[in-house]
Amino acid sequence: MTTIIDIHEVSKSFGGVVANEEVSMSVEKGGITGLIGPNGSGKTTLFNSIVGYHPIDHGSIRFEGEEISTLPVQKIARRGLLRTFQQTRIYGAMNCVENMLISMPHRKMSFFDAFSRNGEEDYDRADALLDFVGLYEKRFLRSGSLSFGQQKLLEFAMALMNEPTALLLDEPTAGINPTLINGLIDRLKRANTDFGITLFIIEHNMRVIMNMADKIYCLAHGRLLAEGTPEQIQNDQKVVDAYLGAH
Amino acid sequence: MNAKKALLYIIVLAATLAAPFLFPDFRTQLATLWLMIIVALTWDMTGGQMGYNSLGNIFFYGTGMYVAAVIAIGIVYNVGEYTDAAGGGRFEFTDAQYFSGMMLGIIGAGLFCALVAVVIGYLTFGLRGPYFAIGTLGVAIAAGELVSNWDWVGGGQGIALPVYPGDFDTGKLYFYYLFAATGVILFVFLRWLYATRFGAAINAIRDDEGKAEAMGVHTMRYKLTTWSMAAFFVGVVGGISAFQLIHFEPLETAYQTINLGIFMVVCVLLGGKGTLWGPIVGAILFHVFKEVTWNYLLGWQWVALGALIVVTVVYFQDGIMGWLIHRKPEWFGIRVEQKNLAVGTDE
Repeated sequence: MTTIIDIHEVSKSFGGVVANEEVSMSVEKGGITGLIGPNGSGKTTLFNSIVGYHPIDHGSIRFEGEEISTLPVQKIARRGLLRTFQQTRIYGAMNCVENMLISMPHRKMSFFDAFSRNGEEDYDRADALLDFVGLYEKRFLRSGSLSFGQQKLLEFAMALMNEPTALLLDEPTAGINPTLINGLIDRLKRANTDFGITLFIIEHNMRVIMNMADKIYCLAHGRLLAEGTPEQIQNDQKVVDAYLGAH
Repeated sequence: MNAKKALLYIIVLAATLAAPFLFPDFRTQLATLWLMIIVALTWDMTGGQMGYNSLGNIFFYGTGMYVAAVIAIGIVYNVGEYTDAAGGGRFEFTDAQYFSGMMLGIIGAGLFCALVAVVIGYLTFGLRGPYFAIGTLGVAIAAGELVSNWDWVGGGQGIALPVYPGDFDTGKLYFYYLFAATGVILFVFLRWLYATRFGAAINAIRDDEGKAEAMGVHTMRYKLTTWSMAAFFVGVVGGISAFQLIHFEPLETAYQTINLGIFMVVCVLLGGKGTLWGPIVGAILFHVFKEVTWNYLLGWQWVALGALIVVTVVYFQDGIMGWLIHRKPEWFGIRVEQKNLAVGTDE
């Protein structure tokens, strides 16, 4: 396997708060990589740095071998590196199908393509993906009127619609009904195997992440605390201590 | 398009063509109504569909007037000498010069405004929400002041254009149809545009610009294009207005921020932001309301107008179309679909 996202000694601080300090990790192409850590350990900051939300202070981030740490959000997204948000972000005034159609991969579109209508196959794809996440029946409702969990599923479907190479998911199961979580794990795995999308997932639910990831990184206080397979992480005393507050 | 919709469009088009003959005394009023519809529709392109509330669209109206006038005069005479005479002197225009100057002027006004919108947009689209509104308002006010101090285009006195060469009543009819044709073209254009991926992309910018960026949408490119297209049409009607009004000056007619500049926003709010018909319904109601109060409540007309704005903003925030969508969602296709009833998609 080859490395698709290569994070090398990345540091980011906000004023006096050091959110990430010399963090290095690598995400394997075609795999599922997990990122865990207690609240405030700098996981979302790292995601924001990767997708270009803010400049990093130090270090380098490479995507498919090319430096992306100096690029703005849109350009990174158009390279096929996408993220979903912890606080779900969808287009609330539009229905689910419209949300899906907007998420068409703009990187594969020229300026003049934008002046055409969506074709039959685009609608079919939107419907199929909405069906995939279980929102088919609600597809003509205003997405803002859906429950939080459903909005999360919609955001996930929108990300798939965009045909990304790699997808960064910020707590995909937070706020989702426990009975739905199994279904979501299954769908995430299928997105990885069937669509071949590399996943990099922040997750607090240990059962979920241990179930899915091939490799897990653990952050604490902005530093990399541990890395390894789910078994290694589960048995790592430092990780247990960090979560129980021994740090 | 189903038969019912087609019939509706045919009726509206017939009414448009017949209106000046049905109400011959109101030809100028009807032309102004079309002007209101056009500026409301173009304001809604950025304000309603894209979520950028501009208070400076009147800039393109005023600029359109000046560009059209300068082109129409400039192809026959020296503009500086013409404006120095301030409406006096002997500056004759043949019919051919008048009409060709007008057409070139109107189209030139549209193109010039479309270009300027890209430049101003590039500078102001970094601003969001109220800051964008105030920023664009500043551009319009500054432009009015600058032009009123620019003697080459007549300074504070403005420009007096040649009068329509034919019969007075025919002239009114002529300008009515110019406005109406522009309005119909704009409507057909927007009806098409809002159904394309482009329309969806600007709606995405309105609903969550950060999300649209994160999904790789070319937000700046779409914002500039939208504003540029809106500016084109406002510039065109500015150009038509210049010839219809014959004489115009910078602060009260061309860059009239507190009149037309605000009216277009009120029309859209009244009719419903972000809908195709909202700005049209709003413009008609607003224009009727304004003319009635200006005639029968003279002295209180601004008070009545202020009351209308307050009532709209407080009780009808989504406008008439928004209220309808809320009341009758099924008319607008908002429904829960049963899977087994759906026709062949994925199974």
